[in-house]
Amino acid sequence: MTSTPSIAVQCQSVRRSFGSGDARIEVLRGVDFEARQGEMTFLVGPSGCGKTTLISIIAGLLDASAGEVALFGSKPASMTSRGQILFRRSHLGFVFQQYNLLPALTAAENAAVPLLAAGMKHREAVDRATAMLQRLGIGEKASVLPRLLSGGQQQRVALARALVHEPRLIICDEPTAALDHKSGESVMELLATAAVHPERAVVVVTHDNRVFHFAHRISHMNDGVITHTTTH
Amino acid sequence: MNFVAFRMLIGDRAKYIGLIFAVAFSTFLLQNQISIFAGIMKNTGHRVIDITDAEVWVMDPQTRYFDENKALKDTDLTRVRGVPGVDYAVRLFKGNPVARTNTGRFATCVALGLDDATLTGAPRHMILGSWEALRRPHQIVIDKAGYLMLFPGEPLELGRELELNDQRVEIAGISDALPGFVSLPIIHARYSEALNFQGKQRLQLSFVLARAKAGLSPEELALRIQEATGLKARTTWQFAWDCVAYYLQNTGIPVNFGITIAVATLVGLVVTGQTFYLFTVENLKQFGALKAIGVTNLRLLGMILLQAVTVWFVGYGLGSALAATFFNITLNVIATRHITLLWQSATGVGIFMLIVVLLASVAGLQRVLKLQPAEVFRS
Ligand SMILES: Nc1ncnc2c1ncn2[C@@H]1O[C@H](COP(=O)(O)OP(=O)(O)OP(=O)(O)O)[C@@H](O)[C@H]1O
Ligand SMILES: [Mg+2]
Repeated sequence: MTSTPSIAVQCQSVRRSFGSGDARIEVLRGVDFEARQGEMTFLVGPSGCGKTTLISIIAGLLDASAGEVALFGSKPASMTSRGQILFRRSHLGFVFQQYNLLPALTAAENAAVPLLAAGMKHREAVDRATAMLQRLGIGEKASVLPRLLSGGQQQRVALARALVHEPRLIICDEPTAALDHKSGESVMELLATAAVHPERAVVVVTHDNRVFHFAHRISHMNDGVITHTTTH
Repeated sequence: MNFVAFRMLIGDRAKYIGLIFAVAFSTFLLQNQISIFAGIMKNTGHRVIDITDAEVWVMDPQTRYFDENKALKDTDLTRVRGVPGVDYAVRLFKGNPVARTNTGRFATCVALGLDDATLTGAPRHMILGSWEALRRPHQIVIDKAGYLMLFPGEPLELGRELELNDQRVEIAGISDALPGFVSLPIIHARYSEALNFQGKQRLQLSFVLARAKAGLSPEELALRIQEATGLKARTTWQFAWDCVAYYLQNTGIPVNFGITIAVATLVGLVVTGQTFYLFTVENLKQFGALKAIGVTNLRLLGMILLQAVTVWFVGYGLGSALAATFFNITLNVIATRHITLLWQSATGVGIFMLIVVLLASVAGLQRVLKLQPAEVFRS
C-alpha cells in the first residue's frame, strides 16, 4: 500500500470511457486525485467534465476502465461484488442533489436506512437517526414525511442519513444545487461542522462558488483530468 | 428493510388501493364464477348419483342425458334381467308432470317412479317423514325446494295434498334432493303410481337400473348388457359425467362462465401488472439510492416480493371474504342452496392470484436489478 493513513481517497491514472467504436467517448483520461481525512475536499469544474463519473468510481458504483482507486489503503475494485457492497455500506455515506429520500418514510426512518440495511433493529436505528437529526438541528421534524419538509430540511435529513452510521468517507454530488443560497449555505455549514472529523474525509462536487470558502482543498477538473489543486 | 418495503407500499395510497382492489375484484369474480359453475355441474351429475342403489343405468341408445330420454320397451327389462352377471334389475320412470295445489298453484315437476317392490332409487336424505311411506297408496316424497315452490312461506309439514294429472296424492315425506340443472320440484313415487301422473303414454319405461353380482364390476356389467341387448348401458359415474358433458357441449354455459373467468383473469393481470410496474418504476430513484447505500439486490428482491405478497394477502383475503359473504347469502336462497364456495376453487384461485401478483412484480423488478447505482447521481 502506497497511501499514508491520512489519505482517505487516492486515485491514480483513472480512466473511464463510455460507448464503443465511433460513439466511444473518453470521459476520464487519467485522473489523479486525493482526499484526506479530517478535510473537506471540493471537486469543481464545468458541466460534463466528468465529476459525477469520478465520484461514482470512487464510491464503487461504477468501474474504472483503467487506473487504481484506493480507499483507506484498500482497493474495493479487487473485492467481490458483495464485499464491495458491504464496504460501501459501512464506510461510505452519500448526499445527492435530489435528496432521494423515500417519500413513505418519516425523516427519522429515512435517516435510519443505512442502519436498517446493515441489519440493526428498527427501534434502535430510528433512535440513533433521531439523535443525528437533533445534532443537525431538525430533531423536531423526526416524525414528519419528506414532502412536508422544505428543500433545505430534506437535504439535512439526507445529511443525517449519510452520517448516521459514522462512515469514514462522505460523498456529496451538488448538495446545494437544488437549494436557495441561504439553505445551501446552512447545509454546507452543517457539513463543515458535523461531517468533518479527524477520521473522516468529505468529498463535495459542486458548481456553487458561493460555498467554496468551506473547502480545505479544491481540485479543479476540466475535460476529464484534474488540472490543479489548491489548499485553503 | 422489510418494514421499509411495507411502508413504501402502503405509503403510495392510491396505487396500493388500486392493487388491492384489482386483486380482490379478480379473486371475487373467479371464486364466484368457478363455484357457481362447479355447483351447477355438480347438481347436474347428482341427479344420477343420488339414485344410490343403481350401479348401471340402461337406456335407449339415443338417450344422451338424464333430463331427456327416449323410453324403453317393457320387454327390455326382462332382457336386461337375462344378461348373465345381473344381480337384479328394476325399472325407473321419469316424467315431467304438472303438480297443482288446492290453492291453484302449479309447477312442472320431475317425477321419478321407483320399482314398487324394492323402491330402488328412493331419496336417502329426508328432512321430514320417511321414504318407506311410499309403499302406501297415493303417497309421494317431494324435495324441500319443490315444496317451498308450491307452498311458499308455509311450514314444512306432511299430509298436504297435490294433484298430478287428476290424481290426488299426499305428501308423505320431504327430501333434500339436489336440484338438477333446472330447479324443478322433484317428486318420488312408486312406479305404478307415477305412471298415472302423466297422460297415458304407450311406453313409460325410462331407465332400467341394474346391479352386478358380487365380483363383477359395474363397468364390466355395463359392457355385457350393451353387448347382449343392444341398449345403452352406463355406470352411475359414467352417466353422471355424460349429463355434465351434455350441458357443457350443448349449452352456452361454458362460454358464459369462460368469458367472465377470462375477464377476471385479464383484469387481474393487466391492472396489477401495470400498477406494480408503475409503482416500481416511479420508485426507481429510491431503489437506486438504496442500492448506493449498500442494499443488496437480494434484499431488494426480498422487499419487492414482500410487497407483492402483502398485496396478494390483503387482496385475496378481501376478495375471498366477499365471495364467502355472497355464498352465505345465496345459501339461504332455495334455488342456489347447494352452491357453495368450494375449497378447491378457493385454493386454486389463491395460487393463481399469487402467481399473477408475483409475475406483475417481477416486471418492474427487472428494472430495479439492472439499475446502475451510479444512476442515482444523475438528476
Ligand atoms: N453512462 C453513460 N453513458 C454515456 N455517456 C456518459 C455516461 N455517463 C456520463 N456520460 C458522459 O460523460 C460526460 C461526463 O459526465 P458527468 O456526469 O461525469 O459530468 P459532470 O462533470 O458531473 O457534469 P455536471 O456538472 O453537468 O453534473 C458527459 O458528457 C456525459 O454525457
Ligand atoms: Mg454531475
